[in-house]
Amino acid sequence: MLYKILIDPFVQMGAAPDLLVQAIWDGFVGGVLYALIALGFVLIYKASGVFNFAQGIMVVFAALALVGFHQMGVPAWIALFLALAVMLLLAISVERLVLRPLVNQPDIILLMATIGITYFLIGFGQLVFGGEPKRMITSELGIPKGAQDFDVFGGFVSLQNIDITAAVMAGIMVAALAWFFSKTRIGRALRAVADDHQAALSVGISLNQIWVIVWFAAGIVALATGIMWGARSDVSFALEIIALKALPVLILGGFTSIPGAIVGGLIIGIGEKIGEFYWGPLLGGGIESWLAYMIALVFLLFRPQGLFGDKIIERI
Amino acid sequence: MKLKTLALTTALGASLGLGAAIEAAKAQDSLYVPLLTYRTGAFAGSGIQIANGMHDYLEMLNQRDGGIGGVKIAIEECETGYDTKKGVECYEATKSKGPLVHNPYSTGITLQLIPKAQVDKVPVLSMAYGLSAAADGSKFPWVFNPPVTYWDGASAIIKYIAEKEGGLDKLKGKKIGFIFLDAGYGREPIPLLTQFATQYGFELVQYPVPAAEMQNQSSQWLNVRRDRPDYMIMWGWGAMNPTAVKEAAKVRYPMDKFIGIWWSGGEDDARPAGEDAIGYRTLNFNGVGASFPVIADIKKHVIAKSLTQTKPETVGENLYNRGVLNSVLIAEAIATAQKLTGKKVVNAEDVRLGFENINLDAARIKALGLDGFTNPIKLSCDDHSGGHEVYMQKWDGKTWVMDGKWYAPMKDVVRPMLTAAAADYATKNNVPARTEACK
Repeated sequence: MLYKILIDPFVQMGAAPDLLVQAIWDGFVGGVLYALIALGFVLIYKASGVFNFAQGIMVVFAALALVGFHQMGVPAWIALFLALAVMLLLAISVERLVLRPLVNQPDIILLMATIGITYFLIGFGQLVFGGEPKRMITSELGIPKGAQDFDVFGGFVSLQNIDITAAVMAGIMVAALAWFFSKTRIGRALRAVADDHQAALSVGISLNQIWVIVWFAAGIVALATGIMWGARSDVSFALEIIALKALPVLILGGFTSIPGAIVGGLIIGIGEKIGEFYWGPLLGGGIESWLAYMIALVFLLFRPQGLFGDKIIERI
Repeated sequence: MKLKTLALTTALGASLGLGAAIEAAKAQDSLYVPLLTYRTGAFAGSGIQIANGMHDYLEMLNQRDGGIGGVKIAIEECETGYDTKKGVECYEATKSKGPLVHNPYSTGITLQLIPKAQVDKVPVLSMAYGLSAAADGSKFPWVFNPPVTYWDGASAIIKYIAEKEGGLDKLKGKKIGFIFLDAGYGREPIPLLTQFATQYGFELVQYPVPAAEMQNQSSQWLNVRRDRPDYMIMWGWGAMNPTAVKEAAKVRYPMDKFIGIWWSGGEDDARPAGEDAIGYRTLNFNGVGASFPVIADIKKHVIAKSLTQTKPETVGENLYNRGVLNSVLIAEAIATAQKLTGKKVVNAEDVRLGFENINLDAARIKALGLDGFTNPIKLSCDDHSGGHEVYMQKWDGKTWVMDGKWYAPMKDVVRPMLTAAAADYATKNNVPARTEACK
C-alpha cells in the first residue's frame, strides 16, 4: 500500500509524462477559472468587507443574460454589452436596495443579505430565462473551437482552444484590474476604502459610488467566468455549484489579495487534478471535491492568514 | 387579548379544517395525481422535459376524454429540485390530498419513499429508475419500476457489448469503464456490474463523478485516457451528461464504444458536443420524435391551446416522450383499476391493483395511439418491472436514430439476482410479509 501511495504515482509520472503535462494543463485551466471566481469575491470583500455569497449565481446570471439576449435575436457582441449593462444595473440595485440600508450593520447581516441576493437571483433567473441548460454562444463571440494537439513524450497533449482563450482572457483581466487598482483615481479610492472606510469617507470618497463600481467589476469578472465555464460545458444553474470551489481558493490565497486569488486558484486547480489523477483511484475516485479543502487546510497550518493575507495582530 | 388570540386560533383552525375538507371533497370527484418534478436547480435540464411530458399527456386525457373513465384528473406538480429532502417534503405535503400514486422522479427520493409507501398504502411508480430489487412484487407490493430496472439496463448494455465482441465469452480480459453520478442513482447498477465482471471475466473500472463536479470532469476523463477501457458505460443525469460527452471527445475516446443508460440520452446531452458526439449510444425504451398519434393528440388538445409550459419545438424529444410514457403507465393503472373494481373514482389501493394488472399488449398500444412508441408492457403480482425489451439508439449529429432492433435484457440472469437482493433488503429492513392478495 505504501508503495502505491508513495512510489507508484511518481513512477507513473515518469512513465507517461504526456499525461502529467496534460493533468497540469487541465489543472492550470481549472485553476485560472477558480481564480476568476475568487477574484469576484476578493474585489467585493476588499471594498466593503462583505463576503459575497452571491458571486456564484452572478456567474450564472451574467452568462444567462448574454445567451438570453442572443436568443432574442440580438447580435452576439451587442448581447455582450447588454449583459454588461445588466450587471451594472444589478450593481446599482444591490447598492441602493441592500447595501445602503444596511450601512453600519454587523458583517453577518451583510453576509445574510448576500445569501438573500443569491436566492433572489436564482428565482429571478429561472423566471426570466427558464431552467433549461443553454449553449454558450462561443463561435458567435469569436472564441475558437477545436484543439492544438502536440505529439510529445510518446503520447499527445491536447490544449483546447477554449482553454487557451480562458487563460489569456484571465491574464488580461488580472492585468487590467491590477492597472485599474494601482493607476487610476477610482482604483486608488477603492484601495483607500479597503484600507479604512472612515478615513476614506473623511477625505470625500463616496462609499456608495465605490460599492457600485466594485460590484460592477465583480459582475464583469462573473460574466467572463460564465462565458468560459459555459463554453466548456453549457450554461445552466449547475454552474453555481462550481463557484463553491472558490472557497478553498480564498482560504488559501486570503480574502483580500488579488495575487492570492490567482496563485491560490492555480495551486488548488493543479493540486486537485494531480491528486485525483494519481491518488484518486487508490481512494475509489471522486476525491476532487474535498481534496481542494484539504490542500487549503494544509497551507493554513503554516500560514493561517493565507498565502498573501495580512497578519492581523489585535492588541488587547 | 386572550380572547382575540383564541378567536384567531379558532378561525385559523377552522380554515385549515375547511381547506382539508375541500381537498377531500375534490378527491372524491377527481383522480388526484401529484407529480414530483424539478424545473429548477442543477438537474432542471433533464427534469423540465420529463415534467412537461408527464403533465401534457394527463392534460390531454382531460381535454380529449374528460379524464380517465369520465373522471377528471387533478394534476399537481411539486418542485423537488432533484433534492431528496424536498422530495420527501412534497410527498408529505400531497399525502393528505388522497394521491393515487407518487412519482418521485429521483432514485434518491424513491429510496426514501419505499418504506413509506407500504405504511401509507399509496403506490410508488419509479419508471426505469429507483431500486432495482423493487421489481419483486412479493417483497415490494407498493413499488413499481416498469418497463425495465437499472440492473436489466446494465445487463442489456453488457449484452450489446458481448454481441459486438462475438459472445459473452469474448468479454474475458476486456476492460469496461463505468462513469457515474456519485449518488444513489449512479451507484445502483454497481452490484450487478461487479457480479458480471466476476462471472464473465472482464475488469470493471469505476469513475465516480461527484455532483459538485458534474461540469468539471477532466480528471475522470484523463483517467479514462490512461486506463484505455475497451468500452465506457455511463450512468449520468443533468449537466453531467453533456459534459461527459464533450470530455470523451476531448480525450479522443471512440464514441461508438461509449454507451449511456436511458437517462443519458436526451438531445441536450449529445447536441452540445456537435459532430464530435456522432456515434455516441444510449439505451432507450420509448419512441423518439413527434410522428405518433398520441403526440399529435397532445399537440392538438394541449400545445395548441397553450395549456402547458412546453416549448412546442421540444415536443417529441426523447425525454419529453419519456415523460409521456410515464403518464401512460399512470393512466393505464387507473383505467385498469376502474375496470377491475367497477368504480369510476378509484383510490390508491385500487390503483396498486391496477398496476399489477397492466397489460399493454399490441392491440392496446395501438388503441392508445402508441404504435411504435413502446413495446408491450405487462406486469404481474410478482413482477413489478417485467424486464421488458429495450433498444440502442445512436446520435447522428442531429437526432437519435435506432441502432438495431428491440432486444431483451439478460432477464434469466438478472431476475434471480433481483429476487435475492429483494430478500436481502426485506431482511435488513424488517419489511413485513406481503398481505395484499394477488388478483
